Amino acid sequence: MARTDAVWSEQGTTPDAIEGALRDLLVQRHAEDDKYVPARVLNMIAFVDREWTGEIANRLRGVGRYSPSRLLVLAYEPRRERLDARVSIVSEGEPARGEFGLLRETVVVELGERHLDDLVTIADPLVVTDLPTLLWSPHGHWDIVEVLLALSQAVLIDSIEEPVWRDALDRACGLVSEAYVVDLAWLRSIPWRERVAAAFDPPQRRPELRAIERVILRHHAASTVSAMLFAGWLSSRLGWQPSPLVLQGKQLLGKAHASRQDVALRLEAAPLDVPGLEGLTIGTASGRELSLDRGPGGLHARSREPRGVERTWRIPGASRGEGGILGEGIRQALLRDPAYVPALKAAEAMLP
Amino acid sequence: MAVAAGQATPQIEAENPLTAGLERLPVAPTTLVIFGATGDLARRKLLPALYNLAHDGALPERFHLVGVARKEKAHEDYRKECEEAIRRFSRRKPDDEVLRILLENVKYVPGTFDDESVYSELHKLLGEFEEKAGEPLNRAFYLATDPSFFGVIVEALGRSDLAHHEHAQVRVIIEKPFGTSLEEARELNRRVLAIFEESQVFRIDHYLGKETVQNMMAFRFANGMFEPLWNRNFIDYVQITAGEDIGIGTRAEYYDKSGALRDLIQNHMLQLLCHVAMEPPVSFTAEEVRNEKVKVLQAVHQPTPAEIPHMAVRAQYTAGHAGGEDVPGYLEEDGVPPDSRTETYAALRLEVDNWRWAGVPFYLRTGKRLARKLTEIAVTLKPVPHLAFDQAGSLGVRPNQLVLTIQPNEGVSLSLVAKIPGTRMAIRPVNMEFLYGTSFLSQSPEAYERLITDAMRGDATLFTRNDEVEAQWRICDPIVKFWASTKDGMAHYEAGSQGPEEAERLLREGHGWRAL
Repeated sequence: MARTDAVWSEQGTTPDAIEGALRDLLVQRHAEDDKYVPARVLNMIAFVDREWTGEIANRLRGVGRYSPSRLLVLAYEPRRERLDARVSIVSEGEPARGEFGLLRETVVVELGERHLDDLVTIADPLVVTDLPTLLWSPHGHWDIVEVLLALSQAVLIDSIEEPVWRDALDRACGLVSEAYVVDLAWLRSIPWRERVAAAFDPPQRRPELRAIERVILRHHAASTVSAMLFAGWLSSRLGWQPSPLVLQGKQLLGKAHASRQDVALRLEAAPLDVPGLEGLTIGTASGRELSLDRGPGGLHARSREPRGVERTWRIPGASRGEGGILGEGIRQALLRDPAYVPALKAAEAMLP
Repeated sequence: MAVAAGQATPQIEAENPLTAGLERLPVAPTTLVIFGATGDLARRKLLPALYNLAHDGALPERFHLVGVARKEKAHEDYRKECEEAIRRFSRRKPDDEVLRILLENVKYVPGTFDDESVYSELHKLLGEFEEKAGEPLNRAFYLATDPSFFGVIVEALGRSDLAHHEHAQVRVIIEKPFGTSLEEARELNRRVLAIFEESQVFRIDHYLGKETVQNMMAFRFANGMFEPLWNRNFIDYVQITAGEDIGIGTRAEYYDKSGALRDLIQNHMLQLLCHVAMEPPVSFTAEEVRNEKVKVLQAVHQPTPAEIPHMAVRAQYTAGHAGGEDVPGYLEEDGVPPDSRTETYAALRLEVDNWRWAGVPFYLRTGKRLARKLTEIAVTLKPVPHLAFDQAGSLGVRPNQLVLTIQPNEGVSLSLVAKIPGTRMAIRPVNMEFLYGTSFLSQSPEAYERLITDAMRGDATLFTRNDEVEAQWRICDPIVKFWASTKDGMAHYEAGSQGPEEAERLLREGHGWRAL
């Protein structure tokens, strides 16, 4: 259970004063109990609309141990004239005997339009030097993202949150040239990618990758981008040449050119309560078919052999939930996934 | 960037192109058979590890678990026992649905390990799983039994035609201890390797599954600043400690037969020594890493009986105080024979006779009921040749020490000497600390989660090879035999203390045991 250990706040403050307060609070906390030490893993800058600060705080509470070590929330309220700030230091409860306890810092700075020109000089002193910084702007503000990229090594986006999925892919393609992009829409497909990779991993199955002729992706109505990224992943990894998809009703249809045959692609919206993929079917020229579908406690798998024999089984795996996905996004800021950009570019080539 | 059509496909047979960027590599469909399925290890470690792998979606696409143990019981009863063990010992609260799916594929085979009908039943079950899956499934036999059954089970697997499969991989995972002497280890290796190829055998040393132990290689071989100092020219001595503050608890029957030397030094602590002393491997493949570790073990001087009293100390704890309570001595513990000669503390001074380490002592110590629970490696550098500072006003000046802590508070600390603020040029040691917990977001998986996955994937890097085990025994066996041959030389230490005073005699001039 997280425990707030120290708080400081000031109205009409300055970055200098906030930074000084952070240092004082840490010194004070350490002096009170030297088994607490500050975590030094990752800075996260969240640029949010002030009226939604509470909602963002709730989302970040759900990430558990993947909390950034220093979170700088820039809460934006256009007409605000004054810079107000609140600093809190939180520990994860009492450490076990002989162990250290970790402290995490949160700085919330409330600012207005008049501060935007100097945003970098406000944020810069408030991030820990030499730690990687992840930038997150869940309410858009892409012009601000451009500015804050100067302080960041990675940027967190969720491509399914863009109202228009074409814009989402364009945006992601633009950002990857400027920073490492962690896209939650991509991370939601990790279990699917792992399972498809595993299904074709036994050496006797690998040649079937060349024989794939049909891919159907079922997705949440608002998660077309997730399905496109998945199709882009298959294309980029298997050397397919994708071409633009065509929108027909609620489906996106199209083809990718593989070395032996064309691969028919179908992306279809399915009834689903949570964002991301709902299921997939991959068929090969030999008549083999593999389907995976979301179910309670894991995935339902179904295979059909060329002679028509069908088998079903279940693959256990707990859902991470949206809190878990966001936490994974924070964790991934410290890693580098070489598969995302090629998948994104292939998905871009499929845009209708 | 999309790869042009046809460019990636020629590689498909050699390498799965879909695994790029995935943190978890695929594990082939597998049936895991646990012998000793109702024992403590299975309940406390293996079943919770399997659940956590299932929770993370890290089990193979098709996975079956078969428990084998002596007691007669139905599949359903065993599933209930598994559920209880998982609910009690899992590092995370189980998800009911995930647990249900995992347990659906659990079966139980009762019988003694020398009973041929057990193996014919296994044969039948494994065949049924494959028929249901429509494909061959890899097989992993996990021997979590009393060590006396290891050879029996392996030979029965061989006789029952379960040790090989024309279309799938068969592996055997063998728990520690791998023998209780060099002769036993050799004999067990002979029996195992008469049935299995070495590449099929995975000998567990769960220390190797710990993140901090694995990180030692990253620490040494990915940081340019340490390797130039990592030799006899700069290092004065190395000290490896594995101290426990608890007693033997309910493990008297096992522990009294084993003792501190066999329980910890022969396996875990010699592995830590290998990680400190090994040369950089050419690559981090199982064979290359293990080749380098074996070279270190072979370079450790094998003590003669005449040398042993000067390089090894054994002791038993007597009644004392621990954690604010009075605690009994070893001989008063439940289940310990009153005339037991088993050591609860062992300390050794070893030498690695090679170009890098000639003349550098490696001090190893382990014990029960010591002042603190602590596992660490301390590397003490040689002192500077001349100290020009004011010795009178300085405080505790000592050579630099690099301490790698395995538990608790995994991290690295470097002692440096710094000036005491003031007008005098007086100095004192200070510490520069790095704690893993402060620098990483991820929680380390339990060692068994990593080891079970690696064994199912056929990656033997974190397992002990046959020649490695024998090389470990070659070092410890003369000491075990010497101690068994004499009633002399059993020192004593009070429970909750730093250990026996006699351990001091192992140290060379100017060296000291670090405070626990």
